[in-house]
Amino acid sequence: MIEASGLVKRFGDLVAVDGIDVSVQRGEAFGFLGPNGAGKSSTMRMVGAVSPPSAGVLRLFGMDPATHGPQIRARMGVVPQRDTLDEELTVSENIRIYGRYFGLSRAETRRRATELLQFAQLTERADAKVEPLSGGMKRRLTIARSLVNDPELLLLDEPTTGLDPQARHVLWDRLFRLKRRGVTLVLTTHYMDEAEQLCDRLVVMDGGRIVAEGSPRSLIECYSTREVLELRFAEEDLTGHARAVEGIGERTEVLPDRLLVYVADGDAASSEVHRRGVQPLSSLVRRSTLEDVFLHLTGRTLVD
Amino acid sequence: MTPSASRAAVPERSGRPAPPGRPPGRRPPRMVSALARAMPFPAGAGLARVLVERNVMAYRRLWVLLLSGFVEPVFYLFSLGIGLGALVRTVTTDSGVEVPYPVFVAPALLAASAMNGAVFDSTFNVFFKLRYARLYDSVLATPLGPRDVAVGEVTWALMRGSLYSGAFLLVAAVAGFVRSWWALLALPGAVLIGFAFASVGMWATTYMRSWVDFDYVTLVIQPLFLFSATFYPLAQYPGSVRWLVEWTPLYHGVALERALMLGDVGPGLLVHVGYLLAMGLLGVWGASRRIERLLLS
Repeated sequence: MIEASGLVKRFGDLVAVDGIDVSVQRGEAFGFLGPNGAGKSSTMRMVGAVSPPSAGVLRLFGMDPATHGPQIRARMGVVPQRDTLDEELTVSENIRIYGRYFGLSRAETRRRATELLQFAQLTERADAKVEPLSGGMKRRLTIARSLVNDPELLLLDEPTTGLDPQARHVLWDRLFRLKRRGVTLVLTTHYMDEAEQLCDRLVVMDGGRIVAEGSPRSLIECYSTREVLELRFAEEDLTGHARAVEGIGERTEVLPDRLLVYVADGDAASSEVHRRGVQPLSSLVRRSTLEDVFLHLTGRTLVD
Repeated sequence: MTPSASRAAVPERSGRPAPPGRPPGRRPPRMVSALARAMPFPAGAGLARVLVERNVMAYRRLWVLLLSGFVEPVFYLFSLGIGLGALVRTVTTDSGVEVPYPVFVAPALLAASAMNGAVFDSTFNVFFKLRYARLYDSVLATPLGPRDVAVGEVTWALMRGSLYSGAFLLVAAVAGFVRSWWALLALPGAVLIGFAFASVGMWATTYMRSWVDFDYVTLVIQPLFLFSATFYPLAQYPGSVRWLVEWTPLYHGVALERALMLGDVGPGLLVHVGYLLAMGLLGVWGASRRIERLLLS
């Protein structure tokens, strides 16, 4: 579906995407994980055939976006980072006119609007204006709209950013259903839980480059330990404590508000911390996540 | 959402076979698309008409707003034609015909209102959609290209404009201010004026940074409205000023409409037509190029 090699995007002197290689197969759910400014959105715009690459080779459905933009876009659905719903139209009209942009007949767009509103759980709001809808509803409408052309590939740029937890879970559920139907999903996110939930395979991006690639599980196995011991202290300066717990885990990360000790067995490590006479305010043992992978690879947290 | 047999249609040559059940006649005529490819125009999929459809959809609930466009030129016509006309009585046109003042001024008001309507639609409305509603961002994620956006918006401006122009012509004819059957061609003439101004207006809009910049639009439109031989013949000006006025776009619109409504028709009119047509095409070219640079970077 997507084949990119040496893909570069420059804006003047700024290099947003610095030579990435990506390959996405049909039916996959693929994620770009990284902090803001990592080059995820620029990559998505190139893959969406609305932004020409500055260098490198990009093939979408085997076609070159420079010469076959309309043909490529006809087979994709795009959910942009910011909702771009048409606020002068109603909920149902938004989907219908979008279908018309793809050259579908009026009868066909009416039929699909009914189906998609059901899918997005917006049937009761069909004739409502868009503006007063909640953030989660707008997001679901944007996704419903992106499906009007029955796309083979769905691009989602930070699909749940800014939504409350419940709205996120509703949205994830809808995306799972699409995945089960065989729609290829490509999404960007800076939420590791989202990436773990939705992606079969992902790349971690930082500073316009890909720093790691694999399944969520394999990335965690490869770049982190099984468990993490989180220690919080009363003091502001944690460097002294960091020295005291040195050697207990494979690695220790010092964050502004806590220490992370990377270990295979968190409980054993916790006992060792106490044995050494270190007295944290609280200690917590948890499993490693992609957040830890990112921290290890870049030395920074995803959401700051 | 079940996968269906008919996928989205792209009305340009595509590597894939045409899906079954696609309604016939969806492709643009071969000539037009060949011409479009030959010109150095930014890409489009020949789907500009669906953007027009979107505007019709949006305005279905706002049709009262449409009425405002009818009213203004008619007010001008009666205020100037009848009020001022009582004082001025007759005017000798540049081609030497003496006519009552309302008959003289009506074609100019038609031309000016075609300009005003087109500029309003293609500046304020397009600016809002471009910068605030981000309409075109979502449109360009579909097969539509920047050329479709420019052509679609200009076409919509022209459709609204011709509605107003038609109504104005009707009022002028009923009031007895129309002298010739050639006046029927004043309607397409008004559409041509609208085309010239809408497309250049849209081009200019792509450079605007905030609503404050719209003062520049007024700065251009107002003198054009007042000095394009609108309210008095070109002969009132000294030679050098006359020469200057003859280069400005609304003058050509006024001259065209006046000749048609007075039945004073000759091959010279083709100069006006050519001027306005060239201006319109240049504007569509510029507007689509700018939309491409702004939104497809």
